[in-house]
Amino acid sequence: MNDASVSASTAAAVAATGKPAPSTNQAKVHAADVNVYYGEKQALKSVSIDIPERAVTSFIGPSGCGKSTFLRCINRMNDTIETCRVTGTITIDKADIYDSGLDVVELRARVGMVFQKPNPFPKSIFENVAYGPRIHGLARSKTDLEEIVQTSLKKASLWEEVKDRLAESGTGLSGGQQQRLCIARAIAVSPEVILMDEPCSALDPIATAKIEELIDELRENYTIIIVTHSMQQAARVSQRTAFFHLGVLVETGETDQIFTNPIDRRTQDYITGRFG
Amino acid sequence: MVPVYFVAIVVLAGLAFAAGRKRGFTFMPVGGGPRAHSLPTYHGLYTATAAIVPMFLLLVAWGIVAPRFVDHMALSSLPSSLAPIDDLTRDARLRDIVGIANGQVSADLALLSAGNVYAGWREAAGWILLIAGAALGALGAFWALRNLAPRFRARNRFETIVKVVLIACSAVAILTTVGIVFSVLFETLRFFARYPVQDFLFGLQWSPQTAIREDQVGSSGAFGAVPLFAGTTLIMLIAMLIAGPIGLFAAIYMAEYASRRVRAMAKPVLEVLAGIPTVVFGFFAALTVAPMIRQYGEMLGLEVASESALAAGIVMGVMIIPFVSSLSDDIINAVPQSLRDGSYGIGATKAETIKRVVLPAALPGIVSAFMLAVSRAVGETMIVVMAAGLSGNLTFNPLEAVTTVTVQIKTLLVGDQEFDSAKTLSAFALGFVLFFFTLMLNIIALRVVRKYREQYD
Repeated sequence: MNDASVSASTAAAVAATGKPAPSTNQAKVHAADVNVYYGEKQALKSVSIDIPERAVTSFIGPSGCGKSTFLRCINRMNDTIETCRVTGTITIDKADIYDSGLDVVELRARVGMVFQKPNPFPKSIFENVAYGPRIHGLARSKTDLEEIVQTSLKKASLWEEVKDRLAESGTGLSGGQQQRLCIARAIAVSPEVILMDEPCSALDPIATAKIEELIDELRENYTIIIVTHSMQQAARVSQRTAFFHLGVLVETGETDQIFTNPIDRRTQDYITGRFG
Repeated sequence: MVPVYFVAIVVLAGLAFAAGRKRGFTFMPVGGGPRAHSLPTYHGLYTATAAIVPMFLLLVAWGIVAPRFVDHMALSSLPSSLAPIDDLTRDARLRDIVGIANGQVSADLALLSAGNVYAGWREAAGWILLIAGAALGALGAFWALRNLAPRFRARNRFETIVKVVLIACSAVAILTTVGIVFSVLFETLRFFARYPVQDFLFGLQWSPQTAIREDQVGSSGAFGAVPLFAGTTLIMLIAMLIAGPIGLFAAIYMAEYASRRVRAMAKPVLEVLAGIPTVVFGFFAALTVAPMIRQYGEMLGLEVASESALAAGIVMGVMIIPFVSSLSDDIINAVPQSLRDGSYGIGATKAETIKRVVLPAALPGIVSAFMLAVSRAVGETMIVVMAAGLSGNLTFNPLEAVTTVTVQIKTLLVGDQEFDSAKTLSAFALGFVLFFFTLMLNIIALRVVRKYREQYD
């Protein structure tokens, strides 16, 4: 690990005590005192965290702990839920993403998302990947577009499997292939951050291994945040881990440290399987 | 006697149920011991069914046999001078006899006595039915009670009974449809025996006035249905031009943009539109829309008939908006939220998501909604009767009066008609064509829907 993540680690330790952490230079995403309400119910309580650039950060915690909710705050997907209200600040590259002048559509192009269940559009494989570039006007010509599709599929290590059947429906692929197609679809608009909401929960172990391998490769170019229920997966793919419990961010730190030497009692109980 | 018989069925079934259930309770272990296979209620239901079924079958059989028997007894009691010689006199005698049996007075002593014979046998038949039925029901119930045992599978037997009842009910619906198709088909064939098929399907002249007497003039009796098909198509197209876009856009608003509260209020209101009787739409079309179109048309220097295809089409379009919107709304709602999330997650706007993801995914369903609306428009009669007119003009000018298949069917069959002239039979041919057309539309719609269903599984 480099110095940046070490300093982020100490920052997170501060966050764990409840005070907002000072943002470090290398923090790509910075959240301070984020509260989320669904109607009357508070789903997240004063979450503050720094997420380092070009690394994998995993969010773990029992069901209903708010980790997915927080993930969905980072690209403002919670806006699509009518009753949802978010307070506090989240910045990406020091720009407030909840600023009233910010265009949500632009934000989501910078912060891609991969969902729990593979959700390819009922269109051809090519059209699935070309969707983003088309709506954002990223390709000037047809060859441009084809190139974007090809590189995206390659980056998602799906190219070899589908290069002969790009015109076939994306829904006809296997679950693991569908999920990689969704990753390719997200990559195609060149996001800076990729959010993954339990991307392997609907997949078998072999497909999961492929996705994890892919996540490890993608780390070179993208900031990745992954929500997972599998602690082994968090340990395998992430450099940093944040533990959520009952809407509170309990502890963040180096993945190794969280799993071998957690500071908080609740973290220790969770990773040793005493609850959750 | 039949109402009494039904009461008897209900009473016996109740008794059988109570007896079976009581018997069932004796099978329930008091303190431990092996459990009975079925709960007491199932034993009761099984016993009740065993009583109902024979009683019901007897009623059906009796309904076929008994009236003939009573008729026969009454007729054979007539003296030879009154004995019927053919079917016609037989019917006449029977009418008299039944009349007397029902309390009419007659001077003819022979008929009077036959009437009394008839009344007597009718009474007797009723009693025999009641007694035999009660005996059969009781027998059935006793037989069932004897079968009952702790390990008797009354629960599974009852499952079979439920299945049979359900099959019988769906058979009624299916057989009715088949029956309608065949009765229309046979009348159609009778029409085509009098009038060539090709002249009907491709003839350009519709004037269904046939001569009743040889010397009548001005009644050519031309049954070329093309003007009617053209009129139907024209009005349907106008209606769909109105209902298609408005219904679809309303559905998109309801499904994607409206807040839950707006949707909860607006959707039922829109669906009330479907509940308005078509005759109300009809006078709206005839008294408001048609004169309005005429007025505007004349302002623009157009010649508009006082009854126009446009008026009928517009009002019909308004009428079928809820068909399009309600079905499309359901279909758009059925598109998984995950697809929308996927699109938003890439940074698509709402309109882009709807246009590029939601609508293509919902398209097959929307097409089938349109098809159903079309078949509704084609089958609609009242609005067209009131607003589009009766003249079989072959035209595609929406400002002229046209007529449709349904209107002509109604016109051909209203009033006193003989049911064996080409004029009335042509109504069946028209009905058959209409039925065939809507059937095809429905089949296509169902196919499309089925294909759509496979998509997310």
